[in-house]
Amino acid sequence: MQYLVSVIDDRSNPGSTDRQPAISAFNERLIAEGYWVFAGGLADTDAATVIDNRGEQAVFSDGPFVESKEYLAGVWVWEAPDLDVALKLATEASKVCDRKIEVRPFL
Amino acid sequence: MNDVEETVTRAHHEEWARVVASLTRRFGDLDIAEEAAAEAFATAVERWPSDGVPPNPGAWLNTTARRKAIDRTRRESKRDDKHKEAQMVYDDPPEPLGAIEDDRLRLIFTCCHPALAMEARLALTLRLVGGLTVPEIARAFLVGESALGQRITRAKAKIKAARIPYRVPSAEDLPARLSGVLAVLFLVFNEGYLATGPDTDPLRHDLTAEAIRLTRLIRALLPGDGEVAGLLALMLLTEARRTARISANGELVALDEQDRRAWDAELIAEGHRLVRERLAAAAAGVAPGRYQILAAINAVHTSARDFHDTDWSQILALYDQLVHLDPSPIIALNRAIAVAELDGPEVALAIVDRLAEALAGYHAYHATRADLLRRLGQSQQSRAAYDRAIELAGNTAETAYLTRRRDQLQ
Repeated sequence: MQYLVSVIDDRSNPGSTDRQPAISAFNERLIAEGYWVFAGGLADTDAATVIDNRGEQAVFSDGPFVESKEYLAGVWVWEAPDLDVALKLATEASKVCDRKIEVRPFL
Repeated sequence: MNDVEETVTRAHHEEWARVVASLTRRFGDLDIAEEAAAEAFATAVERWPSDGVPPNPGAWLNTTARRKAIDRTRRESKRDDKHKEAQMVYDDPPEPLGAIEDDRLRLIFTCCHPALAMEARLALTLRLVGGLTVPEIARAFLVGESALGQRITRAKAKIKAARIPYRVPSAEDLPARLSGVLAVLFLVFNEGYLATGPDTDPLRHDLTAEAIRLTRLIRALLPGDGEVAGLLALMLLTEARRTARISANGELVALDEQDRRAWDAELIAEGHRLVRERLAAAAAGVAPGRYQILAAINAVHTSARDFHDTDWSQILALYDQLVHLDPSPIIALNRAIAVAELDGPEVALAIVDRLAEALAGYHAYHATRADLLRRLGQSQQSRAAYDRAIELAGNTAETAYLTRRRDQLQ
């Protein structure tokens, strides 16, 4: 079972910026224990572009698809046998990243 | 009710959770388990009056439900080859829980999973473990049937999609998860004990009885757990006072005015036995949790011949212990009531007034203040506090009581 694990930051109350070494160590553990599928931090939402080509012509717009106080700062994909395992890891991840974490199953 | 109907009702109470739990284990799907169990009980209602009650009703229900479930999975697997993949994950707990291993425990922990919203946990537990119907649960929580049906459907869909496991948590996680289960049962009990809503009976015996039944079940499955024993004792000692708590004309009767002869001696004796069991454990060095302390407080109340005979210093000592565990303003408010009996209303009022900010929207805060102010002869302020309490109270019997007390003010 794969889960998308989103790291959520908050513009009005951002998490600390010194977490990289702890996150790297946590990633090493995810790899060693067989949960790691993918991980990546994201650039600021200012760098996002939304493309809509459902109409006659593609429209490009600057910025994220939704403006909000909370935004996606990074993602993981984990392979875990069930939600309890994923939630346990996510509980640790929230501490390690100093940010909120969303766990969502892939179909 | 005739004999057969009674047997079906009893079988429903005793066997429903067992049937759903074992089907869930076998078929890995809550929907299939729930539907097959419901069909099996419907078949019993139809057949038992004419065919006679089978010698072992539980075994009959299990077999019938299993056949219904097999029929359904055959139909479904033709449509959908992937059904095997969608099966719930289960495995044996990493550490054995003792001699008793029961699928009903897995079912309870799945229904009360912390990844589900509290209202979904309540509805799922009452439906899948308690066997209440959707209309019954909808009535209990004053929501529409279709909304409640959707709530249950969504919760089951999340369990499947997110793979919430069908498993008793590991020993390490058990205390936290069990306390989540007990919170669900305590909420069900409280909603029955102090039902809210203008057109609702002030006391919903169906809900208190169901909460007690499910807590007894958990107690049977986890007999060594202190908080389970504590919660059961707390419910029994509260339920014992049920009939004395509402007057003939539907008004709440406060503890000091209750006819103690109307209390249920059998429930009190059972509650006291449980409390003594936990006191012995505490003496052996096991620190009691909040339900055990609340049960002990209720044991002191139910040991007193009348209100004035109450051992208030014992009650205050227990509240001091509780405040230590749970420094919430509501506990502090209840502690103040014991302080009023020991040190007088003036001392208690000073404590209560400090809770103003935290409890401004809580009816019991204003009701407690109103009573203390009344005892201090401050009628005008007392009246204002009663007014506010009446405005905030959601229980019809409580509103009637508060209104009478306000109107009796000089």
